[in-house]
Amino acid sequence: MKYVMLIYQGDALERQAALPEEEQKQVYADYQGINETPGVTPGLPMGRAENATTVRVEGAKTLTTDGPYVGMKEAVGGLFVLEADDLDAAIEVAARVPAARYGGAVEIRPSEVYW
Amino acid sequence: MVTTLDGIFREEWGRVLATLIGVLGDFDLAEDATQEAFAIAADRWPRDGIPANPRAWLMTTARNRATDRIRRERVLAAKLGMLVQVDPGEPPMNATTFRDERLELIFTCCHPALAVEAQVALTLRTLGGLTTHEIARAFLVPERTMAQRLVRAKHKIKAAGIPFRVPPPHLLRERLDAVLAVVYLIFNEGYGGRDELAAEAIWLGRALVELLPDDAEVRGLLAMMLLHDSRREARFHDGEMVLLGDQDRSRWDTGEIADGRAELERALALGGRGPYVLQAAIASLHAEMPCDWVQLAALYGELAHLTASPVVELNRAIAIAETDGPEAGLRVIDRLELDDFRYLHSTRAELLRRLGRTDEARAAYRRARDLTDDGAERRFIERRLGELASATGSSRGRHRRQQA
Repeated sequence: MKYVMLIYQGDALERQAALPEEEQKQVYADYQGINETPGVTPGLPMGRAENATTVRVEGAKTLTTDGPYVGMKEAVGGLFVLEADDLDAAIEVAARVPAARYGGAVEIRPSEVYW
Repeated sequence: MVTTLDGIFREEWGRVLATLIGVLGDFDLAEDATQEAFAIAADRWPRDGIPANPRAWLMTTARNRATDRIRRERVLAAKLGMLVQVDPGEPPMNATTFRDERLELIFTCCHPALAVEAQVALTLRTLGGLTTHEIARAFLVPERTMAQRLVRAKHKIKAAGIPFRVPPPHLLRERLDAVLAVVYLIFNEGYGGRDELAAEAIWLGRALVELLPDDAEVRGLLAMMLLHDSRREARFHDGEMVLLGDQDRSRWDTGEIADGRAELERALALGGRGPYVLQAAIASLHAEMPCDWVQLAALYGELAHLTASPVVELNRAIAIAETDGPEAGLRVIDRLELDDFRYLHSTRAELLRRLGRTDEARAAYRRARDLTDDGAERRFIERRLGELASATGSSRGRHRRQQA
């Protein structure tokens, strides 16, 4: 099974910034560990949601607004692709993502072929 | 040995379906094929007699139906030029040693990636063999809603890759607790009066004991359900609720009490001291006369410690009121943050009434009444309010228990 793993930071970035240096290093190490996990294809590191631009098209008009599509707290903060046997295996990887334990979350989406 | 048609269908549905899902890896296909096999059996067996090995007959027939369908679809797909693939032949299935995969099935149905209401519906449909119509009726939702719920859940199992297996050891306890929670939830729905759900939960509980005989909590849950269910007939009189202390004990099901106590003994012998075992022990003590309130208070204390549940703490307060007096019970109650819980107020009312603090008791009963939408409970509280009005303060000393 192929899964798209969406990372939501929630409060995690603030909470991690307030951590002692040793624990911050652990956070980086944990992300590194995720990237090196067999089956993981890391996504490009995502910039902060406050720098996002949202585009809609109404009629023939392109509407551009500042910020993410959802609220700042609800915005996607990162993603990676995971090839795993089943959902339980994906849940185990998701649980290792630091955001998940610092007030954010990971959403597991099975990848699907639509065409 | 089950010999009636209904009995065989009841026993075999979950087994046949589970084995087929294991072989085919597809809930829908397995369910359709199992359904077809049972329909053929319902048509033929009354005429031709029940085969010597009904399970093998049902499994083989269902498997053949599924194989036919896979072939038909392959042929169709090939004709449409969509798929060029070699026929892999029949799915492997040994007709003499069908593996019992009901555990795999129930763990899949109760996977935490499914919503609890979907877990409940799937468990009743697949393992319990209830029809969509029956499940919808039991949960008071339109049949179409229930059908959609089941379709969505089955689709998610497939699309999200929820595994069909017994969880590995490091996940087993947590996942088993989720399974037990589903069975308990089904039982509780039934306890409110929908008897068929309570019976279904007990049936599932027995199946789990058969599949996991060495787990104390599995036995504890079954024991607890049996002990509560034994009082079913006595809990209502002419549609009115009767509290435990006022129940006609001749209407208790002594067979169920004995079964429940035997399960409890086995759970305790396995060293069980988990929430279900404790609740079963509590239910067992409640069935005794006179009631051992000291031990009850201790068990509620242990359970409150495990679950951190204020509702359990409320029950402990009731036991303490019996051993140390109503004031002691009230002191425990007034520490609880359960202001929207009707039983907190009805319990307070009862203890206040015993203390002769009639005005406060009346206010507490009214609060309980306003929080209740159950007709029988409202009428019960109205009766209590009526008694308080007619015998202001004089009903002191009439001890009644709150547990129903």
